[in-house]
Amino acid sequence: MTKIKTIILKEWAEVFKNRFVLFTVIFMPLFFTVLALVLLFLTRAAGTGDISSPTPDAFFRACPEGLTAEECLQIYFVSQFMLLFLLTPLIIPVNIAAYSIVGEKTTRSLEPLLATPITTLELLAGKNLAAAIPAVLATWASFLLYALGANLLLDNPRVVAALFDPKWWLAIAVVGPLLSILSVNFSLMVSSRVNDPRVAEQLSAVVILPLLLLFFGQLAGWIFLSPRLVVILALILVVLDALMVFLATRLFQRETILTRWR
Amino acid sequence: MIQTENLTRKFGELVAVEDLSLQVGAGEVFGFLGPNGAGKTTTVRMLTCLIAPTSGTAIVNGYRVGKEDKHIRRTVGLLTESPGLYDGLSVEHNLRIYANLYEVRDPAKQVEKYLRMLDLWDRRHDPAATLSKGMKQKLAIARALLHEPRVLFLDEPTASLDPEAAHMVREFIAGLRKEGRTIFLCTHNLDEADRLCDRIAVFKTRLLALDTPANLRSRVFGRKVVFHLRQADGAMAEAVRKMPFVKDVQVIDHKLLVALDDPERHNPEIIRLLVGLGADVQFVGELRRSLEDVYLQLVKNA
Repeated sequence: MTKIKTIILKEWAEVFKNRFVLFTVIFMPLFFTVLALVLLFLTRAAGTGDISSPTPDAFFRACPEGLTAEECLQIYFVSQFMLLFLLTPLIIPVNIAAYSIVGEKTTRSLEPLLATPITTLELLAGKNLAAAIPAVLATWASFLLYALGANLLLDNPRVVAALFDPKWWLAIAVVGPLLSILSVNFSLMVSSRVNDPRVAEQLSAVVILPLLLLFFGQLAGWIFLSPRLVVILALILVVLDALMVFLATRLFQRETILTRWR
Repeated sequence: MIQTENLTRKFGELVAVEDLSLQVGAGEVFGFLGPNGAGKTTTVRMLTCLIAPTSGTAIVNGYRVGKEDKHIRRTVGLLTESPGLYDGLSVEHNLRIYANLYEVRDPAKQVEKYLRMLDLWDRRHDPAATLSKGMKQKLAIARALLHEPRVLFLDEPTASLDPEAAHMVREFIAGLRKEGRTIFLCTHNLDEADRLCDRIAVFKTRLLALDTPANLRSRVFGRKVVFHLRQADGAMAEAVRKMPFVKDVQVIDHKLLVALDDPERHNPEIIRLLVGLGADVQFVGELRRSLEDVYLQLVKNA
């Protein structure tokens, strides 16, 4: 455990000296929180109007029984943007983990590191946790901040209850960390195979695309994020994460990394 | 401390190290000389368990490469060709990381010991990036020594350092030798090898020669003694040439250059003969070939 902890603290000491990474970790979740709160504030004053004809089915599915059309509209709009909270655990690890191995290659610090008695599993576990922990904490903190803000902004307990139904807690508490693990291991895999930090970051960013599809799919009304879908998503992510961890470990070939790097 | 038997490493069709067999004793400073691309770094990487041999065996510190790698990594120190420091972190933090990875018993004390020993204590809070090249190299040496390894692999420790920094590093290596550590020194700095090493291996994919610097000189060029005379003539050279132990004689200006196997034993006889022939012997000395000549000759013949 000492070695894993050493790697985590080393990564944080290095990575948080980079203002861009620090900015991503702090600003991005804060931005999503503020965006969701602003939407909540704006839709608070929305009128009922005629909402029958152009409204997608998802609107009605998102609306629990007993709420007014105005309340449903508010929940519908805000729910669309709740998915943004799941971007945080995907984006932050890309910024940290993508540079992780390739950075050690460029600074030539990987060889002395690999000459120590650290095992590949310990090294990757350290790098994994170093990237995943800030992402998960930032996600949870921003969501809690949002929950707090929403409670203050809304005086309607029925809307608050509908907004923070178990689906979203499950998404943030479980799907978020799972997405983070996926993103970290994908980035580590890319990072150990390429020799240029810029290429590593660009390739690693690909991992965000499926979530963006989900986001825009929901906006377009093609997909509706139901509790069932969240559970299915979590199960798929468990399988994908296991696969990614396996691949990242297998692809981290000490010898290949050292001898192919010039 | 280090023993290899037909150690070979291939990268596809390319043979980087071929049938390397050698032994390095405890407390020995062993020079590993070769041109760029000779396979020196590959050899060090095999002996420090960073890459696996294609065939052959190696035992380091009593542990077998490929089977007891974790033990080897715990008990050897490696200074890589480039320092590979974490430039954004402080000098002290750089060492703390490695002290923890090597599970050093009292990291703080050990870090302080080496920072003081290498005159880096006053710079301990500075980022490694702010150090000079020589200081960075010293920090990398400290990093390799934190866990008190008995065997130390130094890959080009003075490469790209200015003469003053190189001297500083060389002095430190000489100090390590006094502590009884075994040092495997990869270099293409022949002067450095000549000054520091007990034995030298000249290597270019395979082992070309292995001996003490003095023996390498005599093996490659033989031993030659220069007799400085006030006046030298052909008759004197002819008389010396006829002596049974003399291999060759050359006359250069007023000097006789005599090739022979055992100068310590035969020089007095030659001096007596020359004095008998009326020569004024001004002084006598052995012609010392540089290690560079030896090295170039060996590599050229390879």
